[in-house]
Amino acid sequence: MTVVDRPDASGRFGEFGGRFAPETLMPALEHLEIAFDEAWDDPAYRAELSSLLRDYVGRPTPLYEASRLSEVLGLRLLLKREDLAHTGAHKINNTVGQALLARRMGKPRVIAETGAGQHGVATATACALFGLECEVFMGEVDMSRQALNVERMQMLGTKVTPVTSGAGTLKDAVSAALRDWVATVETTHYIIGSVVGPHPFPWIVRQLQRVIGDETIEQLGDIEPDLVVACVGGGSNSMGMFYPFAGGDVELVGVEAGGYGLESGKHGASLVAGTPGVLHGARTYMLQDAEGQVLEAHSISAGLDYPGVGPEHAQFKDDGLARYDSVTDDEAVAAMDLMSRTEGIIPALEPSHALAWVWRERAALAGKTVVLCLSGRGDKDVDQIAEASGR
Amino acid sequence: MTFGETFTAATDRAVLFPYMMCGLPVAAATLDLFVAMADAGADGFEVGIPYADPLMDGPVIQEAGMKALAAGMTLAKGLETTAAVASATGLPCAVMTYVNPVLAMGITEFSVRVGEAGAGAVIIADLPVDESAPFVAALEGAGVGLVQFAAPTTTDARLDQVVAKANPFVYGIAEMGVTGERDGSTSRAAELSRRVRSRSEVPLVLGVGISGPESAKEAAGLADGVIVGTALVRRVLEAPTIGAACEAVAELVTDLAVAVRE
Repeated sequence: MTVVDRPDASGRFGEFGGRFAPETLMPALEHLEIAFDEAWDDPAYRAELSSLLRDYVGRPTPLYEASRLSEVLGLRLLLKREDLAHTGAHKINNTVGQALLARRMGKPRVIAETGAGQHGVATATACALFGLECEVFMGEVDMSRQALNVERMQMLGTKVTPVTSGAGTLKDAVSAALRDWVATVETTHYIIGSVVGPHPFPWIVRQLQRVIGDETIEQLGDIEPDLVVACVGGGSNSMGMFYPFAGGDVELVGVEAGGYGLESGKHGASLVAGTPGVLHGARTYMLQDAEGQVLEAHSISAGLDYPGVGPEHAQFKDDGLARYDSVTDDEAVAAMDLMSRTEGIIPALEPSHALAWVWRERAALAGKTVVLCLSGRGDKDVDQIAEASGR
Repeated sequence: MTFGETFTAATDRAVLFPYMMCGLPVAAATLDLFVAMADAGADGFEVGIPYADPLMDGPVIQEAGMKALAAGMTLAKGLETTAAVASATGLPCAVMTYVNPVLAMGITEFSVRVGEAGAGAVIIADLPVDESAPFVAALEGAGVGLVQFAAPTTTDARLDQVVAKANPFVYGIAEMGVTGERDGSTSRAAELSRRVRSRSEVPLVLGVGISGPESAKEAAGLADGVIVGTALVRRVLEAPTIGAACEAVAELVTDLAVAVRE
């Protein structure tokens, strides 16, 4: 049970992480680590970030006592309202911090990948704010299921580039962004959207997202929660929430995308059903065949449709700092419906997975206090749900 | 011949290492492509093993990889092909792949099998010098070298490590970007070549972005060897028959072999 303050010189969280990247990128990764270290220690950077998080992003986001849902579930449920952050999800915490970093490093152009589009929108937003040129890579399947976010990015002045390779989802978007970066690294900063990728990205994104957990602890005051629950795709909202709690008395539960069910093989549950390997520059749990070829993930939620996971989550799993489980597409949709009708909050499909897990486990959780990271709002998913349900 | 003997024998010119992916155009005919390229003047080969998420490769090699994987190509089968190529042509072969298939097979098992296949070197596109120690150790035990990469962005401190560990050659990334055919300038390759040469006698082989005789000739003037991949793979993907694919790669390799001698 060791909580890693920062990864070692090789970028490892225990046995996970590292820097398996083409040599062309290595100098930029080394430079990025130094630049982030300097920025993080620089009171001016921290002050500018804090003021933007307060006045532009709208932090602190509320910790809301969901009384009606609590009654239905038979437990005390507190929602960390990242859905109320500017642009509608936690992703903005990271993009504002990294856009400030890009400006500091003198890089005029930013690239990003996006799955559900929330990270793309958050990156486009930060780039508009700082006057940076922005290009977002998005799988063509995701572009059709998250059309609203494509429009938003374009309105914000960002170029959205469709990715047709592979299954046209998040993995392929990350790969396309990395390939662009191999060519453009001298003038471009890659704002990766989750706690994934080669070192120092998993560490930087965790540091920028830990504000979620830090605020939650402060807002809890005397309340002692039994559990903290969050969804895990790449794992940035969950790591941001978990990290400040890690090693303490609170049980941490990460909920992955079970897709059509683990037995179907069509899911995104890298921690629950994957094996260690190297994906997108880091050693972590991933979905792969016996030959070490990456498998396609599946999830109704574009943000969880990813065959890997952040290396720090892999370390959390192996060291028993958190436990991980999965729920299916259908369970997530039902939970989305439940929260919408009971609390008047339409959650995104991603955090609906976390709620679905609480619903399924409600008998075992009876009477307990549960904090759930409501990582984003569900506007982007409305069309997809309407289509699926034939409404 | 070994890589060392090949570099030594070519005293007054650069050598030519064509790349081809195992499983193209079909697994049973990959050897024919290599033999055709050997007859056309290749000095050695980069034998590609497909990977599902090749971060250093552009659209052509991505497409080739997907096709080869869909037809059932694997690392183990690719090493069998490598053994056949090495034995049939007598030329040195470098096995080129990505890190995860190697980890799945096991670094030690992979090293033993590469050695048994008669390959002299391994190239792993997403394995920088920083992460290479366990691979170098296992491969050394099997008498196989691990190629290290140098890019135009590589810092002096990194370059010192790269040239110290590279065996049997440094893979110099001639142009920024992933593999593909481009009409870029060679100014950055010239600077990279100067920086490598000022540090070490280790052979420098340039690849990435070299697509035809003209760019091969320029690269040959800067280095000990030249790698051409995408242009050959594209010809194979476009060829209507196996025979046409062999002819198409032989034709380009013939022209490239002339170019590296000019």
